[in-house]
This record gives sequence, C-alpha cells and structure tokens, in this order.
Amino acid sequence: MDVLKVNNITKRYANHTALQDVSITIPKQAIYGLLGPNGAGKTTLIRIINQIIEADEGEVIINGKPLSQDHISIIGYLPEERGLYKKMKVGEQLVYLGQLRNLSRKDAILKSKEWTKKLGIYEWWDKKIEDLSKGMAQKIQFIATVLQEPELIILDEPFSGFDPVNANLIKDEILELREKGSTVIFSTHRMESVEELCDHIGLINKSQKILEGTKKEIKESYKSNTFIVDHRGALNGSLAEGFSVLNNQSLDENFFQSNIRITADASPNDLLKNLIEVTEVHSFVEKIPSINEIFISKVEGGSHE
Amino acid sequence: MNKILLIIQREFLSRVKKKSFLIATLLVPILFPAVIGGMGYLMVMEKENAGARTIQVLNESDSLSLENTDSYEFVDVNASHDQALEAFKVSEDYAFLYIPQFDIDDPTGFVLYTKSTPGPTAVNSIESILERKIKDLKLVKYNIDSETLAKLNTYVSLDTKISSSDTEEEKESNSGLASGIGYATGFLIYLFLFIYGGQVMQGVIEEKNSKIVEVIVSTVKPFHFMLGKVIGVASVGLAQILIWIAIMGTIYTVAGSFFATQMSSGAQTELVEGTTTTEITEGLQDNPKVAKILNEINSIPFTRIILTFIFYFIGGYLLYGALFAAVGSAVDTPADAQQFMLPIMLPIIIGFFGMSMFVFDDPGGAGSFWLSIIPFTSPIVMMGRIGFGVPFWELALSMLLLVAGFIFTIWLAGRIYRVGILMHGSKVNYKVLAKWFMMKN
Repeated sequence: MDVLKVNNITKRYANHTALQDVSITIPKQAIYGLLGPNGAGKTTLIRIINQIIEADEGEVIINGKPLSQDHISIIGYLPEERGLYKKMKVGEQLVYLGQLRNLSRKDAILKSKEWTKKLGIYEWWDKKIEDLSKGMAQKIQFIATVLQEPELIILDEPFSGFDPVNANLIKDEILELREKGSTVIFSTHRMESVEELCDHIGLINKSQKILEGTKKEIKESYKSNTFIVDHRGALNGSLAEGFSVLNNQSLDENFFQSNIRITADASPNDLLKNLIEVTEVHSFVEKIPSINEIFISKVEGGSHE
Repeated sequence: MNKILLIIQREFLSRVKKKSFLIATLLVPILFPAVIGGMGYLMVMEKENAGARTIQVLNESDSLSLENTDSYEFVDVNASHDQALEAFKVSEDYAFLYIPQFDIDDPTGFVLYTKSTPGPTAVNSIESILERKIKDLKLVKYNIDSETLAKLNTYVSLDTKISSSDTEEEKESNSGLASGIGYATGFLIYLFLFIYGGQVMQGVIEEKNSKIVEVIVSTVKPFHFMLGKVIGVASVGLAQILIWIAIMGTIYTVAGSFFATQMSSGAQTELVEGTTTTEITEGLQDNPKVAKILNEINSIPFTRIILTFIFYFIGGYLLYGALFAAVGSAVDTPADAQQFMLPIMLPIIIGFFGMSMFVFDDPGGAGSFWLSIIPFTSPIVMMGRIGFGVPFWELALSMLLLVAGFIFTIWLAGRIYRVGILMHGSKVNYKVLAKWFMMKN
C-alpha cells in the first residue's frame, strides 16, 4: 500500500510555475529522498502535502484517501525554516505542538515525557528554549516533529541546521521509527545522506519530476557497464575487442587503476579472464554511479535541453 | 475550533504569566488616580498659594475706577507714564495697566505691560473687567441710575436635566462628570488600541522571526492561527480591564468606609467595633455634602458605561488588532513595519482628537455623530459621548457598523496574513500587499 500518492500536481504563482504536473508515489516504510536543486519546487510540494498551501491542479492521496484535516495527526513535519517559541518552556512547548497535531493533552504530555526521557533531556522540561544551547533546541525540534510517532514524517533539509551529533541521532531515530512502520520523506540537495539512508528517490528539477524509483533501480539503470580495476603492471593495450579502457592512472610504483567499459556482449567474467592474461589483478569492482553523479548529470543535462 | 481555543489559551497564558502583566495590572489602578489626584492637588495648592496678583494702574481717566477681584489687586500709582513704567520694571508686581483719557464710545489706548507674555486667560479677564466698567459708564451716560443698574445684574445657575424619549426617567446630568468619564474611557480605548495592537504585531513578527510559524500552519489554517492570536491578546486586555474594575470597585468601597469612619469619629463618637458597612454608609449619607457627591457618583450609569466600554474595547481592538497582525505578517522586523503603521494609526489619532475637539463642544453635533458612527473612530468617540446620553438608534447603528467593520478588517487582514507569514526577506510595499490579498490559496 502506498502511503502517499501525489497525482499531477500543478502550482502556479503570479510570475512562475512552482510545480508542473508532478506525480510521486511513496510506498509504506520507505525512506524517500526528494531531491532537487534549490528553487526546484521541493518546498512547494512539501507545503502542499502539509496543507499549508493548496495546489491549483491535481490531488494528494494519503492511505487511499484525499488529503484532509484528519491527516494532520499522522504527519510529522520538520520545515527547513524552523524554530520554537523562545520564551516557552520545553515541556509546555512540546505539549502545545502535540495538541496542535490533534493529540489529547494527556497523550501529548505522556509522549513528550517519553521522548525527552529517551533522548536524555527530561531534566530540561521546565527550562525555557532561550536558555538552551542550539543543539538542545534542535533535539526538541526533532521531538516535536516525531512526537506522535507519525505515519508520515516529512523532513525538509533535516541535516542543514543540525550539528553532526544531532544529525546522527536523527538518523538513528528515523531508522527506528521506520522499523516501527513510519514512512519518511527527506527533502534535500545534499547527496551523502541520501546515499546512506534513502531507498526511494524522486528528483525534481525546474518544477518537474524528472526521475523516480528505488535507489537500486535508478543506479542499475545508470550503470554504464564499467569496471574499476586495480592492477600491478601496466596494461599493454592488449585487451580483446569490446573492452575499452576509459582511463588509466598510476597509483603507486607499478600499480595502476583503470576504468574499463564492456561495450560488446560480454560478461564481467570475460573481462576478468582477459585481464588476468595481461596483468596482475588486485581488485575488480563494478563502477556504480553515485546518486550525486546521477543528480548532477540529470540536472545539468536538463538545463542543456 | 478546538485549535483556535488552544491558540487563544497559549496566547493568553504566555502573556498573563509575565511579570510585566502583573505589574501593569496592579500598578495602573493605583498610579492612575494617584497621578490625577496629585495634579489636582497641585492645581489647588497653586491657586491657594498664588492669591491675588497685583496690577499697578496708572489711571489718567477720571471716570473709571477698578475694584479688586479674587484674582487681581489693583494698586493706583501716581506718576508720569514713563516713571511709573520704570518703577514697575523693578517692582515685584505682576503687571502694569495704563488707562488713558478715553472716549467711552470709542475706548482705545489701554496698555497692559507685563514682564513675560501673559496667558490668554489673564488678558481676557482684564479685558472683560474693563469692558464691564465701560458698559456701566455707558449705562449711566444713558440715564440709567445705579439702582436700576444693580437690578440689571442677574445671575442664573443652570440645573441640567436630561429628558428624552430614550430615557425612562428624568435624570440629573452632570456634564463635568460625564465629560470626565467620557474622556477617561475614550482615552483608555485609544491607549489599549495601541498597546494591544502593538502586542499582536510584535507577537506575529516574533513568530515569523523564530520560524515557528511554518510548523504551526502545517497543523492549523493561517486564518485560524491569526484569529486565535488576536482573540488571545484581546482576552488578556479584557482580563486586565476586569481586574482593574474589581480593584477600583474595592478602592471605592474601602475609601467610602474610610471616609465614613473619619467623619463619624470626627463629628460625634468613635465607631463602635463591629459596625457594619451599611451602618457606615448610612452614616455617610447623613452628611449632606458627602451625600451630594455620592449621589452624583451613584447617578452615573456605571454598569452601562462599563458594558459599552467593554463592547467598544473588544470591537475596536478586533478591528485594529487584525490589521496590526497583517502588518506584522508582512514584515521581517519592527522597523520595516513603520511604513504600514501610519494608515492604521491615523484613524485612531483622528478618533482621539475628534473626541477632544467635537464631543466636549457638542456631544450631539454632526462631527461627534459621524465620528461615533464610523467604525474606525467610533470606539473612542462613542465612549466620549456615552456619558452625555446617546440615542438608542445611534448606539445600535454604531455597534452594528463596528461589528461589520471588524469582520471586514479581519477578512482583509487574513488574506494578507496567510501569505505574509511564509514570506521571508521579500521587499514589501502596498503593491505587494495587494498582490498577496488577491492571491489564491
């Protein structure tokens, strides 16, 4: 079952179109990376899912039902622009935000206590936000997002404001929540975290979705049948027909690394066999494109069209 | 709906819990009367201490003579004009009045010398003293004897009573007290519009700056969020007013019994322990002077004034509070808000000056009428008029228009607010606001 389906969303502003006929599908328990350069329309899409703004055309379906106020309680949202009431106490603030997410006051208090204890900041319950360090405030911001253990957690650039310790904490908690059944959307233009965490990817560029699928599929489809070979002794240009050496660099004395593409109908084993005949192979790996490379090639390719 | 209540609750509690709220709420009812009382005391003292001012008079006419009044003592000097003037310069006296030989049909050439520019009241009163004297001379000239002259002086003191189809009974009106209360309540509303309107704006700017706003609008519609904030701050104001009324009521009661104690102990015997307040009040009313003051105070329709005040406070506040919220949502810093403040502040200020200029002059006149009907000025001006008695239909029309007015401004503000709170760092002018207003959701 797909938790979220966005069907043909279009959003226009006075002088530009923020989203043009965008559709995405997010299966349950996915960690979905919503990628795109700045200004591509990611935040607009997220705001539409959060019912902050309305789409001009298209629909959003959550668990098979059109988006409505009822869905507020199952969504947790960490916006890119984030903050808390500085003068409010930690406990009050969490309970208030929980109640805004349709939790009863009792449940909101219960959950807030649970989470603050879990992250070891329960002793800060009665402190005002302005008296906390930035890292502490970040933890509280995160708790506020996942307080009711939402089915759908939407994180807009989650790692941009957080220090590395908190970023790791978020990663761990996110993975744990996913194990419990939550689905996560990451919106980001930072690829390292996507590579590490996401299993699904959607790429938006210039208001349009240009790519979507599981990380594995996408990588598969962007493989170029190229292999990275570390070997001792130079290749003496004696590879068979159908194996072309893309580049060759010297690593150390008499050690080399070569990128070799299989252009003919041959298997990696055929290449390896051939290599063994001409050099001493130390390592043989398929070259898999990073998301970053795919991202850049798609975005730049798009801009040249 | 629950969410609006939740927001109102937060706005209310976060403000009421502040120390500044407590201090303002407790100090104002003590300081306000203290300041007014202090000023009144100073004025009385000044009058008492000042006594009559001495005016030197060089009187060259043979027909005119001046008698001393409460405020002025006229001292005749016998010297030439220049000598007398020189003498005045080194004297301590207030003024030097030169009365030339004059023709009573065309009296000219009077000069008042003072050491500094005299106030208009002083000039007026001396002028009127001279005018009266010359008028008397004229009457004598036209053969009216002094006996008839004495009879001509009539003094009338008006007892004012209100009698109209709108009021069930004839009431003694006291226009001094009425205008005092009108001015005070109108001024309070004027202050509150700025204070609480400013609080709404500041609150919105803070939310925008602290970036919490996006989290909140993902859970509640921006319009509801704005409404919650505006109503929340209104409830703070209302709570403050109710506490003030309670404190003032207590002070009034306590002070009343205190005076009663003073009087009974001073006049006759000491109060026996266990005397009840009723007995004290009865004792109080036995004293005619106090009874008159009490009657006057009791004749003020406090309940009606308080209820009208609360209505106009809430109505006026909602009308302006929403606009202040819209301005707050449009800007990033309070400094940016300046450019949008003038059109909001102007009608409030017009209302206040309108009350001072028109209402006390003529509470039923066209200026007072229109300003108390138009929603943007009515909260202040109608409060100014209320003590003088306002026809029922005017009050009803004014209230109705005020309700329509705040519904309109809240709607208008809501359309700007929902876009504004999500915009950061954009340069905003009226054109941009209009664009936001027109924007679809």
